[in-house]
Amino acid sequence: MHGPHTEPLLHGVMAEFRNPEELLEAIGAAKAAGFTKLDAYTPYPIEKVFDALDLHHSKLPLLVLGASIVGAVGVFGFAYWASAIDYPLNIGGRPLNSWPAFIPATFEGAIFHGGLAAALGMLLLNGLPRPHHPVFNVQRFVEHASKDGYFLVVESDDPKFDGPSVRRFLEGLAPVEVNEVEN
Amino acid sequence: MTGIGIWGNNIPVGWGWDIVCFVWWIGIGHAGTLISAILLLLRQSWRNSINRFAEAMTVFAVACAGMYPILHLGRPWLPYWLLPLPGTLNMWPNFRSPLIWDVFAVSTYATISIVFWYVGMLPDLATLRDHAKAKVARFAYGMAALGWRNSSRHWANYEMASLLLAGLSTPLVLSVHSIVSFDFSVGIVPGWHTTVFPPYFVAGAVFAGFAMVLTLVLPLRPLFKLKDFITERHLQNMAKVMLTTGLIVAYGYVLEIWAAFYSGNEFEIFMVLNRFTGPYAVQYWLLILCNILVPQLLWFRQVRSNVWALWVIAMFINVGMWLERFVIIVVSLSRDYVPSNWAMYHGTKWDIAVFAGTIGLFLTLLLLFIRFLPALNMFEMRVLTPEAKKAHGEEK
Repeated sequence: MHGPHTEPLLHGVMAEFRNPEELLEAIGAAKAAGFTKLDAYTPYPIEKVFDALDLHHSKLPLLVLGASIVGAVGVFGFAYWASAIDYPLNIGGRPLNSWPAFIPATFEGAIFHGGLAAALGMLLLNGLPRPHHPVFNVQRFVEHASKDGYFLVVESDDPKFDGPSVRRFLEGLAPVEVNEVEN
Repeated sequence: MTGIGIWGNNIPVGWGWDIVCFVWWIGIGHAGTLISAILLLLRQSWRNSINRFAEAMTVFAVACAGMYPILHLGRPWLPYWLLPLPGTLNMWPNFRSPLIWDVFAVSTYATISIVFWYVGMLPDLATLRDHAKAKVARFAYGMAALGWRNSSRHWANYEMASLLLAGLSTPLVLSVHSIVSFDFSVGIVPGWHTTVFPPYFVAGAVFAGFAMVLTLVLPLRPLFKLKDFITERHLQNMAKVMLTTGLIVAYGYVLEIWAAFYSGNEFEIFMVLNRFTGPYAVQYWLLILCNILVPQLLWFRQVRSNVWALWVIAMFINVGMWLERFVIIVVSLSRDYVPSNWAMYHGTKWDIAVFAGTIGLFLTLLLLFIRFLPALNMFEMRVLTPEAKKAHGEEK
């Protein structure tokens, strides 16, 4: 945790571009210049940006698989326990562990937990809900990020980060505007 | 007479309009999931402009469907008794009963549909937050958007979540109507106990659902000037899905008749003849007219591109699918094994009133949705802009 004295003044430096190609070029240039803590902000998901920033390692599928297995085992286990142990009910002499009859609820249990894990896991991995974030301090970001702006941020925890030179670097990429993102 | 006594239900027809309308509403919801999940997995990008609307329709249709089992309990303040909760009763629900499967299926379906819908809306809620002028609106959309900021790191997880939710919703939607059909097919009532029920119910659900999407979308399209988003191609495709699923349903009807005669069982054969010529023959033949004969017009391109014709055909299907459930349920229950047990069933004005109430609930929720929430998927529409197409150029 950063205390109030150690918190860096800047979250990073942000450059705005007109279209995805310019953004992709800028990401390439920033990576070539040795920056590693980069994030891009685009009004819609762009596969090539994921490629450029190497964002294809989501942990979500494993989380969902785990939750689905827990859901299935949990519901089946409960149905077994309720029907065969806690409240055994003899129906037409059929076995107490009439497992085929437990399958529909088991299946729904898997989907229920998997689906919730997909949604909540996405929020968790993204650090949401988080109503405020430094990037919102940039006026053009608020106006254009969800419309037609393509933004690249070099974040201040990048080992090569130092405000003025990053600014000069980004200005060399012909952006619309470069802004320091204050914390 | 109090409680559900004011409905037309009797013994032997313990289920009437209530379950007819329940199945009808659930079926309508299924087209929404089909459009949002199955067409996503099949990479049918034409769905992008109608998927949000279709998902909303799913959520509201399931809400209407949910009213019926809760009201049918007779004590609508105790629906949690359906769930396996520890309580003073010291009992658990019977996991061998299709009715408890239904509770699990429908509650899972409702939950996952709401989650899918909400997750899909997150980026658009953020857009509304960024562009809202009024302070109240900015605050409300800001809270709802959970701080979404269009970061690529977020988008990557988001796209994965959408894909996973679509992957989970696809078997879910197939399971829900299969389980609804188990309510009938696990029973030994003539006309219910057949293996064709699950696929036949699922196809019927999609058939009815697409009819409802068209019923709603056709008037909204000129009203909200959406013709550039919901195009001729959408209407064509939806009509084709309706035609296809309609034919599967027709196959189901034929197979029901065949199975009855093939079984050689006198009760099954009687049930079929009773459908053809019995006291509810009018409903049966109307159902054949609405669900099999009228939709054949969709073979013609001229009909598929005529919005008025499409709307009228969709209304026929809405009515036909309601009649289908009525015929399946009431004809079989009112004439089962022992003639001394037979009784006629008629819905009362209260059955009609409850049904009208659910339609009112549905339309109210739908209009509130269109007024306050992003009814079109904005961020997926942005993918259709020229600069976005260039960025995606090599993939498509």
